[in-house]
Amino acid sequence: MRTVIFRSIAPYLTSLMVLFSIFVLLRGHNLPGGGFIGGLIAASALAIYGIACGVAPVRRAIHFHPMAISAFGLFLGAGAGVLSVFASVPFMTGLWTYPTLFGVELALSSVLVFDIGVYLVVVGAIASIALALEERDRD
Amino acid sequence: MSAAAPGTTFTLLMLPFLAALIAPWLTRRLGHNAAWLLALVPLAIFVHFLGFSSEVANGEIVTGGFAWVPSYNVSFSWLIDGLSLTFVLLISGIGALIMLYSGGYLKGHVQLGRFFSFMLLFMGAMLGVVVSDSFLMLFVFWELTSITSFLLIGFDHTREASRRAAIQALVVTGGGGLALLAGLLVIWNITGVSQISLLLILGDEVRLSPFYLLALLLVLGGAFSKSAQFPLHFWLPNAMEAPTPVSAYLHSATMVKAGVYLLMRLNPVLGETIWWETILPVFGGATLIVGTLLAIRQTDLKLMLAYTTVSSLGLLVMLTGFGSERAVAAAVLYLVAHSMFKGALFMVAGLIDHEAGTRDVTKLGGLRKAMPVTFIAAMAAAISMGGLPPFFGFLAKEEIYYALWATDLWSLAFVATAVIGNGLMFVIGFAVAIKPFFGPKVETPKHAHEGPVLLWLGPLTLAAAAFVAAVLSPYTHQLISSPMASAVAGDSQTVTISLIPHLGPALTLSLITIVFGVIVYRMLDRARDAMARLLAAIGWGPDRGFDQVISGAVRLSGAVTRVVQPGRMDFYMTVTFIMIAIALFAPMAIYDEWPDMPTWPADAQFHELAVFVIALVGLGAVIYARDRLTAIVSLGVQGFAVALLFMLFGAPDLSFTQFMVETLAVVILALVMTRLKLTASDHRSTQEKVLDMSVSLACGIGFALFLLSVTQQPFDPFISEFFAAYSKIAAHGTNVVNVILVDFRGTDTLGEIAVVMVTGLAVLSLIRVRTNWNGVAVADNDPDGREEGR
Repeated sequence: MRTVIFRSIAPYLTSLMVLFSIFVLLRGHNLPGGGFIGGLIAASALAIYGIACGVAPVRRAIHFHPMAISAFGLFLGAGAGVLSVFASVPFMTGLWTYPTLFGVELALSSVLVFDIGVYLVVVGAIASIALALEERDRD
Repeated sequence: MSAAAPGTTFTLLMLPFLAALIAPWLTRRLGHNAAWLLALVPLAIFVHFLGFSSEVANGEIVTGGFAWVPSYNVSFSWLIDGLSLTFVLLISGIGALIMLYSGGYLKGHVQLGRFFSFMLLFMGAMLGVVVSDSFLMLFVFWELTSITSFLLIGFDHTREASRRAAIQALVVTGGGGLALLAGLLVIWNITGVSQISLLLILGDEVRLSPFYLLALLLVLGGAFSKSAQFPLHFWLPNAMEAPTPVSAYLHSATMVKAGVYLLMRLNPVLGETIWWETILPVFGGATLIVGTLLAIRQTDLKLMLAYTTVSSLGLLVMLTGFGSERAVAAAVLYLVAHSMFKGALFMVAGLIDHEAGTRDVTKLGGLRKAMPVTFIAAMAAAISMGGLPPFFGFLAKEEIYYALWATDLWSLAFVATAVIGNGLMFVIGFAVAIKPFFGPKVETPKHAHEGPVLLWLGPLTLAAAAFVAAVLSPYTHQLISSPMASAVAGDSQTVTISLIPHLGPALTLSLITIVFGVIVYRMLDRARDAMARLLAAIGWGPDRGFDQVISGAVRLSGAVTRVVQPGRMDFYMTVTFIMIAIALFAPMAIYDEWPDMPTWPADAQFHELAVFVIALVGLGAVIYARDRLTAIVSLGVQGFAVALLFMLFGAPDLSFTQFMVETLAVVILALVMTRLKLTASDHRSTQEKVLDMSVSLACGIGFALFLLSVTQQPFDPFISEFFAAYSKIAAHGTNVVNVILVDFRGTDTLGEIAVVMVTGLAVLSLIRVRTNWNGVAVADNDPDGREEGR
């Protein structure tokens, strides 16, 4: 699989896919997309990078252990749910805020935080399986 | 003394558990001297409960507590009458002495702190058992005593004998506890009350119920296993593997009496029936005789005492079963006397072991000069055990004979049983108290001398208490015996027996007992040899039976596991999918709800048909693929075609996800294949292929029919309309699918992502399992080795 062409293209392809996955994640609330699909795209991006260039560069690139990313996602998701408790509304009720940044109105919400959590869980779990499978027996 | 303050009572009941928390820390700071501080815990309980004695002596019943789980009508409540008060005083009083004794006995032991902790936990549990008013609380504490006794028996966990004894005790007493739970539930169902204080007046209702016998047998299962009644007695002598303080406390004075406590407590409820008055005396009497005969056989001081404990428990059960006023009084007196003399004798046995280095009675002698205090304590306890004046045991034995004496055959049989049992216990008691101390001085493994104060304080105090209690018998009866006898009998009782002997059958029987005891004592060595030969001739005992039951259970589960889990992945998969097919077809077949076949849509577009064809080509390629990689990729082609169909029919989210899942599935399957080093092509025989194909066809067709029948049902659009209507208004999103996932049903998604993460962890750890020590890969899915051969 490690042809020169594939190895050269893979980093760009991966970057583009990750970027696209974030785009899909963010637009999910109003258009097809969302955390789950975004996470799958990002996970396949990492898998492609791993197949092309080996697992070690991928692990260096994402810095954290994929399972840690996944766990952080779960933490984020649960935290987004708990957030509503402080606003005296039931668990997991969506909270919205509309700050204006550089003259553009942004719609931020606990729902978005939750979706990012889903994204991270999926990326982390799938990538950790894929990377572990790609890794050759080292010992 | 504010005996009425429920807060104080509750705090004191919880105090042992709190003390257990800090005991290790305290021991690390103070060493074995922590015993002095920790003994204050049972002492405080003793003093507090002594404050109830005047009320209880007046025949009052003190109850208290609070609602624990109000919705199930479960309360944390206690009941203090003569019976529970006596037990509390015994447990806490002897407990304080035992804490001190433990400090001396295990001085310098690395795990002394842990030992104190376990002892305190046990103490708390045992106190809980005897004061519990609610059934649930009684059961919880009952099982807690089993668990803590498991920890204590197995304290010396590096020795296999200890571990076996601990497991045995847990299985027998814990199992009995389950029977007790069932029995209590039956009683609860009969009467509708779950509190002992209310139950005590509903005795007739229980006795007349058709479920009476069931309740009785279940309760007896719990009581007999805990109190080591024949043939479940074997765990108690084995429990002597525990350090001696444990034997002295649990297996003489407290835990083994929990069963007797239960019988006494339920005597007003379950007693006075033909079943009760037959089963209890027969089993009790059998236990009495078997216990003493086995005790004769032993040479180990602790084992001799352990078997006499078994027989004493038998005697108590027998007396409780008679149910007459005098029998109840006798049982009460004997229970108190036994706790004192047996606790003392066990501590003496441990003291001898500690100082002389052995507790084999044939290797001991002439210790009288070296250990005078121990000797005094041992003699006093043995005199009480032998039933001689002026100790409390004498009162108990006289009362027993008063209670049993009658001239009908049934009574005479039990009189004979009691005389033989008491005579043999007399023998053992004096064998423990005399043999190590008199005669020529025998060389012992350690140079024997008197033990430290921590060690002899306990036995001496108990022996002295037995003396004082007997001399001041009017006060003892007023404070302890009469209220307890009243509580056991269910109506007011007065115990009057004193040290002054009256001429009559009881005194005659006492004399016969003593003469019989002295004769057997003089020929103890020959009796021991005879018993040893007899037991060797029998060759099988319940102890062996326990091992057979356990190994039988292990073999059975092994056989079942080999059938259910043969370790072949393809077998699991086949079974799973056959079950899925059955689950799909069975409802449709049973209710005859086959869906109508859909008609071919006349307006099918060319590009839609093309996608169908691609999917079919992909499927065909899977079947005819020459190697696995091609098959995997072909499966992906089929999946992509389905994703395209989703796209064409207006489900972009679904289609999007399907694309990603298919891509990842192909990548991961290919990786798994290389990882597991599977051969490139399929190796199944034609027969297996046909089987697999029919199973997968059945599943596929089943799903298709299932989906068809689902879509042919009238569709209630309420939920989808709700989501569509409120998606923008309530959740500020126009993508309904996403809004459902992250907002409307966000908590579901939270659960799902938790599952995704845990699955990831599990898969990761499966992948990480490497070749193990035998050079066999754990993740080997080819147990027959068919692939290696190629």
